Amino acid sequence: MTDAANWLGPEEWQAVRVSLQVAAWAIFVSLPLALLTAYALARWSFWGKSLLNGIVHLPLILPPVVTGYILLRVFGRRGVLGVWLEQTFGIVLSFHWTGAALAAAVMAFPLTVRAIRLSIEAIDRRTEQSAATLGAAPVWVFATITLPLALPGIIAGAILGFAKALGEFGATITFVGAIPGQTQTIPSAIYVFLQSPDGGQGALRLVILAIVIAMTALFASEWMARHAAAWARGA
Amino acid sequence: MTLLVDIKAQLGAFSLDVQFAAPSGVTALFGPSGCGKSSVINAIAGLIRPDQGQIISASRPLFDAAARVNLPPHRRRMGVIFQDTRLFPHLSVQQNLTYGCWFAGKLRKGPSLQDVTDLLGISHLLHRRPASLSGGEAARVAIGRALLSAPDMILADEPLAALDEARRAEILPYFIALRDAALVPMIYVSHSVAEVAGLATTVVAMGDGRVIAIGSVDDIFGRSDVMGANAITLLPARIVGHHSDGLSELATEAGQIFVPQMSADIGTSHMLRINSGDVILARSEPNTSALNILRGEICSVGAQRGGAVMIDLRAGNATIRARITQRSCASMGLDIGQTCFAIVKSLSLARGEDR
Repeated sequence: MTDAANWLGPEEWQAVRVSLQVAAWAIFVSLPLALLTAYALARWSFWGKSLLNGIVHLPLILPPVVTGYILLRVFGRRGVLGVWLEQTFGIVLSFHWTGAALAAAVMAFPLTVRAIRLSIEAIDRRTEQSAATLGAAPVWVFATITLPLALPGIIAGAILGFAKALGEFGATITFVGAIPGQTQTIPSAIYVFLQSPDGGQGALRLVILAIVIAMTALFASEWMARHAAAWARGA
Repeated sequence: MTLLVDIKAQLGAFSLDVQFAAPSGVTALFGPSGCGKSSVINAIAGLIRPDQGQIISASRPLFDAAARVNLPPHRRRMGVIFQDTRLFPHLSVQQNLTYGCWFAGKLRKGPSLQDVTDLLGISHLLHRRPASLSGGEAARVAIGRALLSAPDMILADEPLAALDEARRAEILPYFIALRDAALVPMIYVSHSVAEVAGLATTVVAMGDGRVIAIGSVDDIFGRSDVMGANAITLLPARIVGHHSDGLSELATEAGQIFVPQMSADIGTSHMLRINSGDVILARSEPNTSALNILRGEICSVGAQRGGAVMIDLRAGNATIRARITQRSCASMGLDIGQTCFAIVKSLSLARGEDR
C-alpha cells in the first residue's frame, strides 16, 4: 500500500477518492429511478412515452457541455431548482461534489435504463401471469418474480453506469468546475495536469489508473452479470 | 354447481361464445386445437377479459360484465396448470411448490406440502432447480404448485400436450389420483380422447368457439355429431387372465373380450375403447375368426350422416356403438328391438392401450 500510496501524489489520491465517491453516489441515488423508468418504458403504455424515452436518452446524444450548461441553468445558485433546493433543504449543488454526482448520474442514466429495460423485456410475461394465478398481487409479482429475473440486467446497468460516471468529464466540469478535493475527478485532474508544463507524469499515472479502474469494473460487471444470469436461469 | 361460465368474447377474428356449468369432479373441455378451449381457461383465470357474460365460482362472481365485476387473477383462487409448466426458474422446487401457500395464508387450508409431494412422488426433488428437472418431473411440480395454492378449482390447460407418449402415460395417473382424492374440482382441457376418457366425469365438447355438447364421457364420445367417424364405445373392463397364446381376457358388462396381451396385472380395471367403425354387425350368430362376439338388442338407429348410420346395441348392461354404412343397414333391415351380434376384432383393440 505504501508503495502505491507513494506512487500517486496526495492531489492525485484526492481525485481518485472524489471520483469513486461521486460515481458511487450517482448510481446509488439514480438506480431506483432508473429501475422505475426502465419498467415504465418496458411495460406500460402511456401518453408521452416516446417523449420520456427521448428525454432519458438525450444526455447520450447531446454534447456533454450542453448537458452541463442546462444543469447549471436549472440547478445552479440562480437556477430555478437550485434556489428551491438551497432554500428548502439547504442543498447546494453547484461547485460542490453533490453537483458532480448529479452530473454523473444524468450522464449515466441512459446506459443504466437501457440495460435494465432490455432485461425486463426479456422476461416471459407468462411466468408473471402464473405467479398472479397463484395469488400474488402485482407488487408481489414484481418483488418476487420480475425483480430477481431482471437482476442480471440491473447489475450490468449499475456497473456500466458507474464506469460512465467515473469517466464523466464535459458536463461535470461545465456544471461544477474542477475544485481539488471537492469536484476534481480523475478526468478533470488529468485535464488540469495537461494544462501545466510539468504535469505530464501526473497525467500519465492517472491515465493508467483510469484504465485499470475501467477494466476492473468491466470484468466485475461481466463476472457478476454472468453469475446472476446463471442463477436466474436456475443453473 | 361449482363453476358457471357464460361468456362472449371477440378475440381478433375469432369469436368465443360459451356456456356451461362444471359440477365437482373433473370437467373436460374437449375439442380440436384452436377451438377456443384455452381462451376459456384464460377467461376463468382472469388472464383475458370477456366482452359479455359472467363467470361464477363457488357462488362468488369472478367476472360479471353487467355488474362490472372483474376480479384480477390473484384474487380468483384458480390453480392453473399450464402446458409449458411456467415454473419459476430462479426458485427451488420447494420454493416453487410453496409460492402460492404463502398468499393463500392461514385462512384457506390447502393440502400439506408433505401430502402433495407424496402424492406426486417429488419429495426427492425439493432442493433442485426447475432447469434441472425432466419434462415429467416439471409437470408434476407444476401440478403440486397449483394444488398447494389452496385453489377453489384447478384449471389444467393441456398439461400433457408438451410431453412425449411415455411421459403422458406417467403423468395421467397423477391426475386420476387427484380426481379420486377429490381434493379439488378440476377443469381439464385436452384434445386427446384417451386423456379425457380416462379422467373426465363431465365432458364439454367444443368446436369453433362454441359448446357443441355437454354430457358424460360415454355419452359424448359415442355421439357421431360430436365425434364424426371417430365415435367410440367406452367399456369399463377388468383383466381376468393372461393367456399363453398372447391374449389377455377382460370381463365387461357386455361379456368376455379378448385383447392382445396387456402389461397390467390380473384384477386391474381398464377403460376399453372400441372404435365404432371397427364393429361389425350380424343378424345371426356368426362363425368367423373373430373372438369377440357380443350378443345384444338394437336400442337405437341413428340418423344417416355421410352415408353412415350409428347403431346402438344393448349388450348386457353396456351399450356398444357400431358405425355401419347406410346400405348395410338397409339391406339387413336393422331396426330397434332386433337381436344382433357385434363382432370386434381383437387386434383392432390393440390401439386401445396407448392413445
